[in-house]
Amino acid sequence: MSSLEALPVQAPGLPTDELVINMGPQHPSTHGVLRLVLTLDGEVIADVDPDIGYLHRGMEKIAENRTYAQYLPYTDRFDYLSSLNSNLAYCLAVERLAGIEVPERAHYLRVILAELNRVASHLIWLATFANDLGATTVFLYGMRERELIVDLFEMALGARLTYAGMRIGGMPYDLPDGFEQATRDAIRQIRPRLDENDRLLTGNQIFQSRTRGVGVLSREDALAYAVSGPTLRGSGVAMDVRRADPYCIYDRLDFDVPSFPQGDCFARHLVRIEEMRQSMCIVEQCLDRMPAGPVRAKLPRAFKPAAGEAYARTESPRGDLSMFVVSDGSASPCRLRVRAPSFANLQALKVMARGGKIGDLVATLGSIDIVLGEIDR
Amino acid sequence: MAHPVSPSELYLWLHGLWQRAGLPEGWWLALWAVLVAAVILIFVLLTVLILIWLERKVSGDIQSRLGPARVGTKFGLLQTAADALKLLLKEDIIPACADKPLFVIAPLLVFVPAFMVYIVLPFGRGLVAENLNLGVLYVIAVSALPALGFLMAGWGSNNKYSLIGGMRAVAQLMTYEIPLGLAVLTVVMAVGSLSTVAIVAHQRAWWHIVASPPLAVAFVVYFVAALAEVNRIPFDLPEAEAELVAGYHTEYSGMRWAIFFMGEYAYLFFVSAFAVTLFLGGWHGPFLPPVLWFLIKTYAIILVVMWIRWTYPRLRIDQVMRFGWKVLVPVALINLVVAGFWLVWFAT
Repeated sequence: MSSLEALPVQAPGLPTDELVINMGPQHPSTHGVLRLVLTLDGEVIADVDPDIGYLHRGMEKIAENRTYAQYLPYTDRFDYLSSLNSNLAYCLAVERLAGIEVPERAHYLRVILAELNRVASHLIWLATFANDLGATTVFLYGMRERELIVDLFEMALGARLTYAGMRIGGMPYDLPDGFEQATRDAIRQIRPRLDENDRLLTGNQIFQSRTRGVGVLSREDALAYAVSGPTLRGSGVAMDVRRADPYCIYDRLDFDVPSFPQGDCFARHLVRIEEMRQSMCIVEQCLDRMPAGPVRAKLPRAFKPAAGEAYARTESPRGDLSMFVVSDGSASPCRLRVRAPSFANLQALKVMARGGKIGDLVATLGSIDIVLGEIDR
Repeated sequence: MAHPVSPSELYLWLHGLWQRAGLPEGWWLALWAVLVAAVILIFVLLTVLILIWLERKVSGDIQSRLGPARVGTKFGLLQTAADALKLLLKEDIIPACADKPLFVIAPLLVFVPAFMVYIVLPFGRGLVAENLNLGVLYVIAVSALPALGFLMAGWGSNNKYSLIGGMRAVAQLMTYEIPLGLAVLTVVMAVGSLSTVAIVAHQRAWWHIVASPPLAVAFVVYFVAALAEVNRIPFDLPEAEAELVAGYHTEYSGMRWAIFFMGEYAYLFFVSAFAVTLFLGGWHGPFLPPVLWFLIKTYAIILVVMWIRWTYPRLRIDQVMRFGWKVLVPVALINLVVAGFWLVWFAT
């Protein structure tokens, strides 16, 4: 009798257990080396706990043992899908620290490269996001389009993934002959193909049923978690550092900041698709207006910024990528701190994924577009 | 072994040869069974090789790349054969904590039924291994078996992804077997026979797909349900790569994995061929030999299935179940009723 009473009260039907499952670090859709500890109630996600650090290389500490110029290639390895945006954030921070005036033409070149890199990065996002949803063909299409941009980078910078494409004080060298025409040609090819991908995916009934109302992040939660980038703009906050706190020449450029209020995967999808179009417009504007002139400021041979600190905000494809540099007057930074957008965005995953299915989690994770190199550093 | 109720022409012809040669009657049936099994097995294996090559080429074409292009003289024709050889030579791994008997039997339980159903498939005039008078029922019964294999693989692997994949496979197969059966039943009602040969014979004048609206609807229901039965996108939930790594066959490698794969493609060919038998006139067609017609139609359906796979995203498990129970089953049921009225009012 007493043992019967001790039994826990069960819902009618069979007793069920929650299943704890490790998604990753080796899993096709954890985008690198992320481990998600899932607690599943059947197919429904009761809890998700992102476990990061598998790609930790101590990048911030390394900065303290390198000269300012030496550290630049390391920034390529933060967000390896848009190295140039990391280069840019680092260069801006150091230039602000040392009070270096960058030539006008270098600004234009930087914006061209950064925006092209944004398109390339978003194309990879489109590819992997579609792949996570089972649309393998879009994966190949995204990679095919990105190839055109990667070819441009190879032409301009000699590398295809980690470019080390900027220098403190400007650009390493001017663009090669024919780059402008090649860029215009590439954009002319990418535009219709992007529309094609858009038609293939965005209007698809299955795609919409997989993304609409899935992984909803409310405006309040988005702000509370300091989410930024397309993830924030998908939750109805039209905040873009390029507009809110302009750097380089963004205040002189004409572009829209797309935002959608729904806060679901579909809204984030729409934001990124539109951003690619806007970025290509920006590149064309820059190509039209680009002035002639030097591309690199003159720097002292022994580059030792005076003691002090500087903070530079940029809008990387993933959001607010900011760097904080402290100098003690020596040849290497005293402290470098990176504010990685993916890190903050990943924290919001818990809110977005809880209560959804496994398939929803995969869609949500894909839609916030994290890069582990930047999260773990 | 029971004598087939209405023996096929091929059977009668071969049996006649045997008797004229004065060979013992008792050995005939045993020889016949072995012969049929061997011929079908060779056909299935060849078909699987062709289908895998075709899938790679089709997907390559859709994704604007080449697909296999090196092994073999042209078009990577021997790529699949080379891969099969590689799989044969791979180490046979059984996870340490797996349920060994279940783990070993599961692939066979998936492949063997996919191979057994070929027995009632009429490839041409009189070209059917066994003209069972319950042929359609036999197909539906046997093709329900792989669900057991998926569940055994999922459970026996002792892997959580496999388990979820196995559960999904069973839920999905059970769900879509009902509309599939109902769609087939519509055809059976129109023909008045469960024999596949009779069903093909019935389409001498009009293919079923154009014979009446209820049959056309039945074809659509059958096609969608068949997609789900063979775990193809948009219904490839049991092995959804992005979610479950590889679903129920996550822990399988080498030849055991290859057997799963073979079962999948053998079954893909079968559901397409069965669709041709039920709705597209079987081997009927002008000018060309019947077998060729049969294969052309079957490969046309297979190409559509591949086209869908490389175009669409994947549904979510609850959407798959909801679609099955709330859309496909009601449509199939109503269609069955309509087909009944249609028969009474128009066909007589």
